[in-house]
Amino acid sequence: METYTARVMAKVEKKRALNDETLRDFLREMLLIRRFEEKVEEQFRAGELPGFLHVAIGQEAVAVGVCQAMEEGDVFASTHRAHGHTLARGTHPNAVMAELYGKMEGCSHGYGGSMHLYDVERGNYGANAVIGGGLPHVTGAGLAFKLRDEPRVAVAFFGDGATNIGTFHESLNLAQLWKTKTVFVCENNHWAESTPGWQHSPVWDDMSKRALAYDMRSIKVDGQDIQAVFDASQEALEHARSGEGPVFLDVETYRMHGHFIGDPQVYRTKEDRDEAAQNDPIVRLRERLALGDDEFESFDAQAHEIVDAALEFAKNGTDPQPEDALKNVYA
Amino acid sequence: MPEITYREAVRDALGKAMRKDEDVFIMGEDIAEMGGSMAVTQGLLEEFGPERVRNTPISEMAIVGAGIGAAMAGMRPIVEIMYEDFLTLSLEQIVNQAAKHRYMSGGQLTVPLTIRTQGGAGWSPGAQHAQQLEAWLVHVPGLKVVYPSTPEDVRGLLWTSIYDDNPIIFFEHRLLYPVKGDVPEEIEPIPLGKARTIREGTDVTVIAIGPLVHRALDAAKQAEDEGISVEVIDPRTLQPLDEDSIVASVKKTNRAVVAHEAVTRMGFGAEVTSVLQYKAFDYLDAPIERVGAKFAPLAFAPVMEQFIIPHAEDVLAAIKRTVGK
Repeated sequence: METYTARVMAKVEKKRALNDETLRDFLREMLLIRRFEEKVEEQFRAGELPGFLHVAIGQEAVAVGVCQAMEEGDVFASTHRAHGHTLARGTHPNAVMAELYGKMEGCSHGYGGSMHLYDVERGNYGANAVIGGGLPHVTGAGLAFKLRDEPRVAVAFFGDGATNIGTFHESLNLAQLWKTKTVFVCENNHWAESTPGWQHSPVWDDMSKRALAYDMRSIKVDGQDIQAVFDASQEALEHARSGEGPVFLDVETYRMHGHFIGDPQVYRTKEDRDEAAQNDPIVRLRERLALGDDEFESFDAQAHEIVDAALEFAKNGTDPQPEDALKNVYA
Repeated sequence: MPEITYREAVRDALGKAMRKDEDVFIMGEDIAEMGGSMAVTQGLLEEFGPERVRNTPISEMAIVGAGIGAAMAGMRPIVEIMYEDFLTLSLEQIVNQAAKHRYMSGGQLTVPLTIRTQGGAGWSPGAQHAQQLEAWLVHVPGLKVVYPSTPEDVRGLLWTSIYDDNPIIFFEHRLLYPVKGDVPEEIEPIPLGKARTIREGTDVTVIAIGPLVHRALDAAKQAEDEGISVEVIDPRTLQPLDEDSIVASVKKTNRAVVAHEAVTRMGFGAEVTSVLQYKAFDYLDAPIERVGAKFAPLAFAPVMEQFIIPHAEDVLAAIKRTVGK
């Protein structure tokens, strides 16, 4: 598969301050994710895609900020809202789109789908459709890195809704107890499906308290500010990598769209949606860079071009044979 | 050939694997200083230290899940779940995660994890410390399920399980730990999916697992006195299942009894029965008999517990029914 990454994905030198050039690359990556997910919504609504899908529109700065701060060899576990994390970690958009179409060229070869995107070569240990399902895995992977004395870190993405499930508590406790090389990234987008934070957690507006209960270091981050996410992620990853213990990233972000594509969001007020829209991380970064219309539009056109090519690639992909369903059950 | 207990055989396989391979480590509740609630891991902490013999909090989901993560990262963890009743707490990680990562990733990942657990009735622990849940796990594609009944088998099969690249649920039985048996000087790995014919016979085949293997052997001896020749087969691994050996035996004897300590309803014996009626239909001279626990939770009072679980006499009665005696 040809690489598209050289242009869009910036390899950031460790500890280098983010200059405008790097931030422009981040913007292009965020735009790519946005356009990718918009295209996915469009195709799903048109009845082109099987299954059901969840987009993370509004949360792109978290995906790009964390994933750009990760090093080669680091691994992560994602959620049912995984397109952004997967793309931001360098999986080719063609492979992600092909997976959504159930094609063999997909990043899980058609066995996974949107909620089970994998790319082990790039450290993607799987998007998980069970809330909190991947948290114990990154605890164990972080333990393996520690036992083998490897300078690698295992990262978990999860939403605020996951902070009430047993695996969350058991994993945080175990990770801190054993000082595993793990970073827990809580993407607090204020919604557990249709249930707002205030209805599901007594500490919904300060998830750091969850980490404090396990004596874990916690960093609060504005998830709509890519620079803040990147800086905090670097700090957290460095801390975990050094063997000093896991870190909890309490990332405040917004889910601009519904829980799944087609969700009428009857539970959500217009004010809430407006507030989310006002905190669009792409708009904020564009303003910070004082990007003119011409430059922004050229970035946007590039993103559309990559997404259109991915769609074309996916549609022309190879369908698995029905009996391929019996492969890969056992190693 | 040295004679060792089932407990020592498990310990021997664990110790030898850890000696051979830095990637093997064990974790579980009370397995370090205490040596495990069944004393299986005694002495391992002293030899291998706390990094590789890891005492865990009471967190079955995280213990199993961390084992999955460490396995995905290239290690060969062995997790101990103190009682198989507590396996229920970690079923999300076993069923949705361990069993499916290889599949959902289209073959990119392997999960070489061994989950050891034990259970079984006969000592009045009550309803939450004695269940036999092996059939639940056989129902999940992606898992392998092992249930050895002798010291030689438990050692050879545990070794194979540790080095298998799939998640394995490894059942032991509390009452089997003190059982003695001869084992080879060196560990001889036993392939998964290979049944063992423990006793040869011509009139009826008893397919038994776990402690029922021993109870079936007792029953077979008694039957012999009454002129009935009984073959006893232990599948040893429930998934994969050595259907060929079981079917071949029943084609020879024309009668079958399946026996396990779990409840009969939807038990492992139901699957064996189904295999036999399909693959040996024309050879059967009698309905296949099923022996298992009565359909009730395990009671505390010894007299009630003993009433629920199957004994050698129950196997014998089933054998006799198949030959019309």
